[in-house]
Amino acid sequence: MTIAVLAIQGAFAEHEAVLTRLGVDFIELRQRRDLEQHYDGLILPGGESTVQGKLLRELNLFDKLKDQIVKGLPTLATCAGLILLAKQLSNDTLTHFGTLPVTVKRNAYGRQLGSFYTEEDFGDLGRLPMTFIRAPYIEAASPKVRVLAKVNGNIVGVKYINQIGISFHPELNDDTSIHQMFLEMVYNQ
Amino acid sequence: MNETRYTLNRELAQMLKGGVIMDVTTPEQAKIAEAAGACAVMALERIPADIRAAGGVSRMSDPSMIRGIQAAVSIPVMAKCRIGHFAEAQILEAIEIDYIDESEVLSPADDVYHINKRQFNVPFVCGAKDLGEALRRINEGAAMIRTKGEPGTGDVVQAVRHIRMMNREIAKVVSLRDDELYQEAKLLQVPYDLVSYVHKSGKLPVVNFAAGGIATPADAALMMQLGAEGVFVGSGIFKSGNPEKRAQAIVKAVTNYTDATMLAQISSDLGEAMVGINEQEIALLMAERGK
Repeated sequence: MTIAVLAIQGAFAEHEAVLTRLGVDFIELRQRRDLEQHYDGLILPGGESTVQGKLLRELNLFDKLKDQIVKGLPTLATCAGLILLAKQLSNDTLTHFGTLPVTVKRNAYGRQLGSFYTEEDFGDLGRLPMTFIRAPYIEAASPKVRVLAKVNGNIVGVKYINQIGISFHPELNDDTSIHQMFLEMVYNQ
Repeated sequence: MNETRYTLNRELAQMLKGGVIMDVTTPEQAKIAEAAGACAVMALERIPADIRAAGGVSRMSDPSMIRGIQAAVSIPVMAKCRIGHFAEAQILEAIEIDYIDESEVLSPADDVYHINKRQFNVPFVCGAKDLGEALRRINEGAAMIRTKGEPGTGDVVQAVRHIRMMNREIAKVVSLRDDELYQEAKLLQVPYDLVSYVHKSGKLPVVNFAAGGIATPADAALMMQLGAEGVFVGSGIFKSGNPEKRAQAIVKAVTNYTDATMLAQISSDLGEAMVGINEQEIALLMAERGK
């Protein structure tokens, strides 16, 4: 099993470190020719969604990746990654892949002083550490989307077919259960 | 600042990795920078090249000007305060800046003490020429480090010197025996725990960016290949012939810094680079401010 990690900007090395700990092979996607390799799943890391969205298009990665996600490539998206997947952004007119039927609010907790750490239940995985960095949250989700986690009444984790979208950063904490859940989904694919 | 807040602040820097932080002086420039792919902007009244040209005392920017830039973009906004000027830092925290740069580019307010950054909730980035300086700033609470370079010159030589020095000193600490770390901590004038962290992990405990004199995509690629985790570009963009195009090119260079073919393509037809000043021609070495 090989996981592709979008490595154009942001905290991709942190996801790679989790994959290494779990003994999973990965490749980095930085430019068009990287998409020629074989991979079974995709991780869209945190970072700045404006930068990532722009580079995805300019480096010619956008159309093929979107097509692969639509066709069911298992995808784990964290923070900026969630913004890339969202069908709608409540405070931005420019959307990106738009493959996940949710409405996401960017910088929903304000500036860096609004960043926080908490622990909450996540799907069937129990209580997990959650680190929110200038994070978005999900304002509304289509009924077809399964809500996995809420913090203070706001949706912060969802699953829709093969896409897992999370507004916090599981790659920054020691708990690997969200990555394991994603890898299981890839394995069962 | 409690431990959780400090961790969150270090983690924001992790999100900026692989990105370019651009100096901007107006909301219009901030929008150009954001559209060009900046992962954050540094709001300041004058870019370093102009600070250098104007001379005189250089201070924190007008908060209303910084607020204008905060309103103009959705990416993180940083701003500079003078070394040791904790009151300027308090003001920047009050306007909810995302990162404070305690910067040698401004005139130092204190020639002995840096700001006790642990007293703040907002994160700080500080410049460092070598490992000892980096760890001293981290001990004071800095959540991110950058090379000092020589701002406003377009000359990358100092940034290169600083990152090479940092790499060499980190490699040395890694190679030491455990019982030699105490003496090393004494030499570097830093706590043992920080030296021990570097010894075990082979890197700084916070993200390290390159800054100072970066003017071309090739400069950015050079710094990334030398181990920087991202770059600050100051005067290099808005002092050049075509800021928008150059900014976009530097952003791409940081993402694909080892692909010379792509670098050749994005380095083409960028218009005039900033003229720059050679290191030997400079009267004022900003990197020597604050040790």
